[in-house]
Amino acid sequence: MSFLDYFISALFLQAGYNSALVAVGAGLLGMSAGSAGAFIFLRKRALVSDAISHATLPGVGLAFMIMVAFGSDGRWLPGLIIGSAVSSAIGLLMVEWITRKTRLTEDAAIGAVLSVFFGFGIVLLTIIQTMSSGRQAGLENFLLGSTAGMLISEATTIAVAGALAALFVFLLRRPMTLVAFDPEYAATTGVNVRNIDLAMMGLALIVTVIGLKIVGLILIVALLIIPPVTARFWTNQVGSMIGIAAGVGGLSGYVGAVLSAAEASLPTGPIIVLVAFGFFLISALFSPLRGGLASALRHQRFQRRVHRRQGLLSLSRREPIYDGLTLRILRRSGFIRRDGVATARGRVAAAKAARDEARWAVARRMLPEDSAVEHYDGLTPIERMMTPDQIAEIDRMILDQQGGMA
Amino acid sequence: MIDDLITAMGAEFVQLSLTPIVIGILAAIACALPGNFLLLRRQALIGDAISHVVLPGIVAAFLITGTISAVPMMLGAGAAAIVAVGMIEIIKRLGRVEPGAAMGLVFTTLFAAGVLFLEITDTSSVHIDVQHALLGNLESLIWFDAQGWGSLLDPVALSTLPPQLPRLAIVLVGIGLFILLFWKELKISTFDVSFAEAIGIRTKILSFALVVATAIAAVAAFDAVGSIIVIAMFVCPPASARLMTNQLGRQVGWSVVFATISAILGYVFAGYGPGWFGSPYAVSAAGMIASISGVILILTCLFGPQRKRTGQQAEA
Repeated sequence: MSFLDYFISALFLQAGYNSALVAVGAGLLGMSAGSAGAFIFLRKRALVSDAISHATLPGVGLAFMIMVAFGSDGRWLPGLIIGSAVSSAIGLLMVEWITRKTRLTEDAAIGAVLSVFFGFGIVLLTIIQTMSSGRQAGLENFLLGSTAGMLISEATTIAVAGALAALFVFLLRRPMTLVAFDPEYAATTGVNVRNIDLAMMGLALIVTVIGLKIVGLILIVALLIIPPVTARFWTNQVGSMIGIAAGVGGLSGYVGAVLSAAEASLPTGPIIVLVAFGFFLISALFSPLRGGLASALRHQRFQRRVHRRQGLLSLSRREPIYDGLTLRILRRSGFIRRDGVATARGRVAAAKAARDEARWAVARRMLPEDSAVEHYDGLTPIERMMTPDQIAEIDRMILDQQGGMA
Repeated sequence: MIDDLITAMGAEFVQLSLTPIVIGILAAIACALPGNFLLLRRQALIGDAISHVVLPGIVAAFLITGTISAVPMMLGAGAAAIVAVGMIEIIKRLGRVEPGAAMGLVFTTLFAAGVLFLEITDTSSVHIDVQHALLGNLESLIWFDAQGWGSLLDPVALSTLPPQLPRLAIVLVGIGLFILLFWKELKISTFDVSFAEAIGIRTKILSFALVVATAIAAVAAFDAVGSIIVIAMFVCPPASARLMTNQLGRQVGWSVVFATISAILGYVFAGYGPGWFGSPYAVSAAGMIASISGVILILTCLFGPQRKRTGQQAEA
């Protein structure tokens, strides 16, 4: 079976019970990571989860050692998950403690906890490598994730925990939204900000420890960050942002797991991350709200409007035009001939622009409080902002002025 | 007899442990120096991001040149660091995303790409893998031709020093010179950007130069000691030093002291520590050095004379 055939069959869960379970588990993990990450992103604490995920390593090592000491082979996944949860909780509390009790900022605390816990974890791993008992091979897979040789019981654990985390997000969504946007207001309404912050990070912790096996501890933070950043390109509303982030995370986990199942030698974590980055890239380029393409088009359209308007005003004042872009735009609209002389249509449009400019000038001087004047941008025709009555009033003022001068 | 013992132990020490310790110290100081300024500018995690993107840079350099020599790899890693910083800026502006999220997005993606390239291309013939990238190989940087302390004066033996040692020494001198020459500018722009601009300091160029210095330190140290030490040394010694003093000069001095202590104690505990517990094996020196720097940070958090924020002194 070719890679593509296998990929397609796995995508529709036709490639065996085990890989289907892994794919569904990774999808659920991605959904809970995306939705939990959305709150952390809105709270601007994305990198705290990086400290949490690196802090799992000593826990994995210690849990392995303890289980071996009690005579098991040390690879029971729930045991390793509990160990990693304990040590990353300690790491999280250390970040909090350092930022609260000392003058160090949160980023320094994150960097310190991340590197020290990880370094200590590596020390433990090198001790484990020299142990004669226990099956230590495969502990390195927690660094980058692997679904190869995954047991069905492990996949079920991940799927159930992922679903629980998603439920937890759903239950806590209101206080978490409040705290993410306005912690002071949240505090005045009686929400315990510190507890909600801890709950938010607790969610990141849950996602991290259940993601260890699939994505690995170095890259799991990507599943908490990339989906919300991607979602932010498509919406300005919290509810839909969380939904989109969950969707992007779920799809990334699912597609990534399927891809890596189709090519067993590839580590799962990096593939899932790159799939998520693919979604981000598409959004960053093509989202109509904030995407690069949309804002480039908006910029170009705005530039053209400015050049057209200024060109017409110059025509009406019979000033020479030198700017290449202005000339091109006027020529293409049929306002001037190739030699730069205004056409009949051009003279009409120029006169209209001049009249509009004069009306705006009066409106801005005489009616500074008017809501239309507050939105003056020098480009929009006054007919679109004011009623015919108002414009007639403005025209009367212009006539009065001219009468006064004459 | 005691003299005999000392010379005997000395020879083995010079051959097996002297160069790793010196390399560890050089790497730790080279990272801690720019780390001081990153810490005060609240950019401590730039070091984290850069040390993650070194791996894809090295892999890319290997894919392009097909060799595993030092110069193209350092260039590749430096280029990757600059690309990463550029990407972070673009994403920050375009998406109006907070810096932390932009950073996390960029460095995880680049790291993932590096790992994937490493797996799909045939790099098994050469000595780069993820483990090595994370841990370095400090223990293996031994000085084969050393006969004892006398070899330090022997040009033939000196020419067989591990190449990482002179390379790191040059990088350290370069970074030291950069900080020394631009001390005033760095200091002013770190504490008050607007004032620095008002008196004509090109703050943007200076921050970029600082990032480049950080990248150079990360790349040079990474090759010898792996990325764990790099991240730990960017953050921990300067953070501990920050809790010791209110003066930038003294802070830099303290950070050098802490970095040196971490490197020496970390290496000694990793190499000899397990023997004290009756184990014949050594543990990871890189991990141990990072752990020691963490212990120092905890101690300064508890007892550092300037650990509190101003105005927080009264609170217990």
